[in-house]
Amino acid sequence: MSIKTVRNLRRFSQIVFFVIFFWLILKTTFEVHFTPANAAEIQLPYPVSIALEFDPLAALSTLLATGTLFKGLLWSLVILVPTIFLGRFFCGWVCPMGSLNHWISEIRGVKGVASNARKIKSNRYGKYQRIKYYILFLFLAAALFGSLQIGLLDPLSLLARSIGTAVLPTIHTAALELLGWVKGLGVPTLATGAQSVYDVTTSLLLPYRQAHFHGILIIGGFFVMILILNRLITRFWCRAICPLGAMLGLFSRWTLFGLQKDEASCNHCNQCLIACQGADDPDVGAVWRQPECHLCLNCQAVCPQSSLKFKFYPQQTVTVANPAGTPRVDVSRRMVMTSLVAGVALVPLLRSGDAFEVNSDPLLIRPPGSLSESEFTARCIRCGQCMRVCPNNALHPTLLQAGAEGIWSPILIPRIGYCEPTCTLCGQVCPTGAIAELTLTRKVGNEIVPPNRIGTAFIDRGRCLPWAMAIPCIVCEEWCPTSPKAVYFAEETVIDRKKNEVKVKRPSIDPELCTGCGACEYACPVTDRAAIYITSVGESRSTRNQLLLKTRNLSRPPGRTA
Amino acid sequence: MDRRDFIKTTGKTLAFAAATTAAGVLFHNRRVAGVEPIVLKTSDFTVPTEKSLPQIALARNTDHVAALHASLDAVGGIKRFIRKGDRVTIKPNIGWDRTPEQGADTNPVLVGEMARLCLAAGAAIVIITDVPCNEPRRCFLRSGIRAEAEKAGAKVVLPLKEDYIRTVMGGQMLDVWPILKYFVQTDKLINMPIAKHHSLSSFTGSMKNFYGILGGRRSQLHQKIDQSIVELATFSKPTLTVVDCTRVMLRGGPTGGSLDDVAIENSVICATDQVAADSRASEFLGLTGEQVGHIALADKSGLGKLDYRSVGYKEIT
Repeated sequence: MSIKTVRNLRRFSQIVFFVIFFWLILKTTFEVHFTPANAAEIQLPYPVSIALEFDPLAALSTLLATGTLFKGLLWSLVILVPTIFLGRFFCGWVCPMGSLNHWISEIRGVKGVASNARKIKSNRYGKYQRIKYYILFLFLAAALFGSLQIGLLDPLSLLARSIGTAVLPTIHTAALELLGWVKGLGVPTLATGAQSVYDVTTSLLLPYRQAHFHGILIIGGFFVMILILNRLITRFWCRAICPLGAMLGLFSRWTLFGLQKDEASCNHCNQCLIACQGADDPDVGAVWRQPECHLCLNCQAVCPQSSLKFKFYPQQTVTVANPAGTPRVDVSRRMVMTSLVAGVALVPLLRSGDAFEVNSDPLLIRPPGSLSESEFTARCIRCGQCMRVCPNNALHPTLLQAGAEGIWSPILIPRIGYCEPTCTLCGQVCPTGAIAELTLTRKVGNEIVPPNRIGTAFIDRGRCLPWAMAIPCIVCEEWCPTSPKAVYFAEETVIDRKKNEVKVKRPSIDPELCTGCGACEYACPVTDRAAIYITSVGESRSTRNQLLLKTRNLSRPPGRTA
Repeated sequence: MDRRDFIKTTGKTLAFAAATTAAGVLFHNRRVAGVEPIVLKTSDFTVPTEKSLPQIALARNTDHVAALHASLDAVGGIKRFIRKGDRVTIKPNIGWDRTPEQGADTNPVLVGEMARLCLAAGAAIVIITDVPCNEPRRCFLRSGIRAEAEKAGAKVVLPLKEDYIRTVMGGQMLDVWPILKYFVQTDKLINMPIAKHHSLSSFTGSMKNFYGILGGRRSQLHQKIDQSIVELATFSKPTLTVVDCTRVMLRGGPTGGSLDDVAIENSVICATDQVAADSRASEFLGLTGEQVGHIALADKSGLGKLDYRSVGYKEIT
């Protein structure tokens, strides 16, 4: 097989893995024609988060934070073990974020001598590439002390989050606007045409209905910025920032595979440098840096003299004119220590403020099945899969509601969507177990098992129509899904301003029955700020954040609360 | 600069200034914003009355399909209502994410059979849809209605934001409201509610089921629920009303959830008078038409007869 064929294989592999990744995100939704085997207890047909489970960084960091490797994360060994033999093949052949950066870097703008000269300069190894290792050490140290921040910059989480909560919803809005505009032109044939184009787009790309996400501007802006940087420096993200790339670079320490350079045939045309993705100095005369190389094989493929060759057990003879490659990562011991210490210090810094558990935001409603806040932050990689799969668009990326530590972790905003009582999809897609997968019984409860609670409803009597304005309503009670209903009412005769007697039903909440699903807040006809609202108190995941005195069922062994 | 250049240069500038001014004047509008288009729609899908036939029939049978057939035949059979080539919309109650046993949504077997009957009578298409309260995909799926309707050959459509038409409804409370297009752009409309308890209106059946044709923040209508139900039923005159009384939710409505609240009644009502149908169905909850505000109001407004026996009530057991 010629090297050109191998390079084409690599290109093909990049496309295939990108398409798979994208397709899995598209499938992270409740599809309109989806017919589950058991309609009563809906399970998604595919393991839609499997791509994230192959992520070695998610695996290592959750392992450090929780002490165990959760479920499907064992798949990450499929990436990690070959890396030990080969080097960062993942970056060049598999990573969808890397491929995206690759493509955007390589769309040709200006061609010619000036551009080549610029590339030769910018594709040389630079000290800025060390940043990624320090980021990695910082985050791993923080993970070891229980705070998982890696998801902010992990390429797979980042791409899943950006596509799921920013790119696709933006496309949806644009498509609907465009459709509305064309229909508004008043030409029937155009309108029908536009509708059919829209229908095809919808069936391929878009969920059943448009999702709106809280604070996507920052997620979207961050993503666009990463993409734009590629035009300045090829694969800037992969070279300088990506902590997964850094981790795989470290795991390339004892690879058997590498680049062998032949000094005799080299004419120093620098074609290898122009084509280089990783800025790892593939040219004869420089020290090739194994941990920076993405194994894209461009250098070998473009070399007119066939002086460069990737092979197992490359020759290690060092000459002044042609030094051999190094598997060493170029980091300074001092900076490694600094970043580790910074990572360790980060956790108490984040948690000595009041946002973490001490004075947490009452509106921080976590998805059903979420673990306690400290366990949750030790697992959540902010991939946004729960937000994407939620059929009610109820889950959103936080900004600062969960403190700086919880940026982009999921929060339920009942005004936009409530938690559908029998739905367990968010737990099904969570790749790290931050949201536990609930069975239907665990979600809704029965005589023995209590339901999963995410909060408790409260009534704002100053805004409630029957309480404040002598107007009948009781929509909250109508929507309340528990049986018996947690919202109950007392029928009272009140006097309105004109001294008429009006019969109203005034709602109250039974906190023993309320699960905090938020259906009442969602449906409340007081449109802007609901007269009934959910706060997190009473959530099953917390022992502290409780409203009611727990009474123990004496028929059960001590120490267990239901 | 010679004269020619002067004229050319100045001419261009003047033309550009004139075009700018013209554009401003052309698009000038004193009104604050454009008014959304409003569409007037017919909503009377009734067939001519036949004096010889009862306007309401109730059949009781543990075989629910047989019960539907018996009651339908008593009011004239499917051929009376559906003509060849008709576009038919069936409006079950698919309001909640509940399973059939819980009795919050219309019995899926009845919906499927109704679609089958319409298609057998020559209907060109049978559309089954609703505007649920809970998440539509879950409601359609878990109620079992999607499966049964598709099996019968009907087209099940989920409501989409783009599919509402701002419609003049002509009521005192319901003036202009978004209505899902399938409930106005059709030839025949079959209303297929389930009879159950409702906390505010005490009973929900055929007339209240029309809440499900509305988009918008319809929960505000609760402020005058009886009046708004009657206005809705006055606007939307169905070809036929089929009330599912096979499982009747007695308490905790309209959502329910507990099987203890559901009484097995194995009954189906077919009617051309929706007020009579509701009046009869409310008896399963131990009520009478007089006790249900919107039924009494509908009777008073002349929409139908609360005293269902006066319109030729027939019971088949």
